[in-house]
Amino acid sequence: MIENNQGSRLVAHLILAIGVVIVAYPLFYTFVASTQSLQTILRPPLPLLPGGRFWENYGEALGGGVTRIGGVGVDRLLFNTTVVALAIALGKIVISLLSAFAIVFFRFPFRMVFFWTIFITLMLPVEVRILPTYKVMVDLGLLDTYTGLTLPLMASATATLLFRQFFMTIPAELVEAARVDGAGPLRFFRDILLPLSRTNIAALFVILFIYGWTQYLWPLLVTNDNKMNTIVVALRKMISFADADTQWHLVMVTAVLSVLPPILVVVLMQRWFVRGLVETEK
Amino acid sequence: MATLELENVSKTYSGGVEAVKSISLSVPDGALCVLVGPSGCGKSTLLRMIAGLETMTAGSIRIGGRAVDRLGPAERDIAMVFQNYALYPHMSVYDNMAYGLRNRGMPKPEIDARVREAARSLELEALLKRRPRELSGGQRQRVAMGRAIVREPKAFLFDEPLSNLDAKLRGQMRVEIKAIQRATGVTGVYVTHDQVEAMTLADVLVVMNAGRAEQVGDPLGIYNDPASAFVATFIGSPAMNLVPARVAGGALALAGGQALDLPDLSLPAPGRPLLFGVRPEHLVLADAGSAHLTLRARAVEALGADTLIYGRLGADEKEDMVARLPGGTPVREGDDLPLRIRPGSAFLFEAESGKRLGN
Repeated sequence: MIENNQGSRLVAHLILAIGVVIVAYPLFYTFVASTQSLQTILRPPLPLLPGGRFWENYGEALGGGVTRIGGVGVDRLLFNTTVVALAIALGKIVISLLSAFAIVFFRFPFRMVFFWTIFITLMLPVEVRILPTYKVMVDLGLLDTYTGLTLPLMASATATLLFRQFFMTIPAELVEAARVDGAGPLRFFRDILLPLSRTNIAALFVILFIYGWTQYLWPLLVTNDNKMNTIVVALRKMISFADADTQWHLVMVTAVLSVLPPILVVVLMQRWFVRGLVETEK
Repeated sequence: MATLELENVSKTYSGGVEAVKSISLSVPDGALCVLVGPSGCGKSTLLRMIAGLETMTAGSIRIGGRAVDRLGPAERDIAMVFQNYALYPHMSVYDNMAYGLRNRGMPKPEIDARVREAARSLELEALLKRRPRELSGGQRQRVAMGRAIVREPKAFLFDEPLSNLDAKLRGQMRVEIKAIQRATGVTGVYVTHDQVEAMTLADVLVVMNAGRAEQVGDPLGIYNDPASAFVATFIGSPAMNLVPARVAGGALALAGGQALDLPDLSLPAPGRPLLFGVRPEHLVLADAGSAHLTLRARAVEALGADTLIYGRLGADEKEDMVARLPGGTPVREGDDLPLRIRPGSAFLFEAESGKRLGN
């Protein structure tokens, strides 16, 4: 907007402020609840300011005092989820980089068949193939393993397509210059393609990390042992249908802790993330 | 340093399109060979086959006496300068030049020495740490040249390297490229569609048309002695005038009704449709008695050094002819100009095939 007078700026800021409040208030309220005792939470209204049980609640949650999920501490849950999210994000990026590389820069028989096979899987969300995938994981004995948690979620048509589109914008002359300069396919991939894809990779990493972090259905199916739960699954397991059984203060602590890592990733990688979505270095 | 020999090099695409039709060519050691022709004539394809970026359907290529047909671009010991420079955007100027040397496993001190030497000769020393996007077009062009020079290859290949520069810079870089090629003594192949570049740079000029080498020779030889109507119009600016003509009654009857009787032009048997060709600069103003033909001026362009006259040969004919007269020639639109043709500068071509007739 080129508009620059005081009034319109005020309106703009007001709208933004309302937006921030709408987004941030539930988060703040969760934090407030996580610092109250169970009794305070169960007796509404909930205070609008943090209470005094910050250390007790967080200590209890991290120390494994949550009986509903079999005594597994939030630290273990966070570790599991971090492993899962990282593995999914990095695995997806590596696989889709390599498959896009093959599809764009190599001429091999049935190239387009492979491309379309990958493309069609876009239309099949995880939920659709969940039964056969589960059967495969059971047969391979991968229940309650990190491999079982992550492998089925790695193959990614979206990321492959994204890299394919990006690779196709790389001028043919650049590829040829590298060939004349004596760079074989893998050297070209390492020296030219990877550095040029940096911002794309960063943006994708942020998106995929959060995707992996918030997975619910698949981790729920493929883990029986509480020790292998991810934090989102554990959070659900902590909530009992009978209100009185639920230790709401610990649920709130877990919720706050489960939100922190994705926020950290977004904040730390924000500059890269925006650049990856906006511009391509060419 | 090496000779470059092409033997019956051909390229047919899978769809049956013949991009290059059996071209044989020999470029002596240290010479600059220019491939010139309109777009789609196969000149770039030919260059890319020499580089090894494109496969040949038939024929063979030897660089320095060594057959390179089965070698990849890196093993052919050539360096290429691309139209869009094709610099690696994420590397500094230094790394852009050093990359090819590193891939060959050259020791670091030697790479450094070569890159600095090239940077000195191209006046890039102050820019070595910059990225390509921080450079101007001319500087990028220089880096691309530098990348070719540091390799000390057997041959330089240039693919329209100046077409992205503005006119002034193009002139400068043209001189510079020639100087560098001369100084290094590396055999070169240069592709362009610009006939000024072709004329000024070439030791060996190859005029290409529809996948064929229409004529191969030194630039002035081709200018003075074009083998076909295509070559005649492509080399030289403004282009050679071509006027439909027939032999009738021992003289040449031009479209537009004028008859031409030139003693040094040997006429073929009457009947076949011909094209009569004369370059604009070979027409001189004469007095009415000794004129070979009369041109009615339709438009006059005074360029200072020259005056270009666009005219008609007949009253209602569309046959245009251009004459290039000395600057300051007093001509007005609508004037009838009596013109003489300089001796030995008139040509006859077969209208159908475009082939040159007679001497």
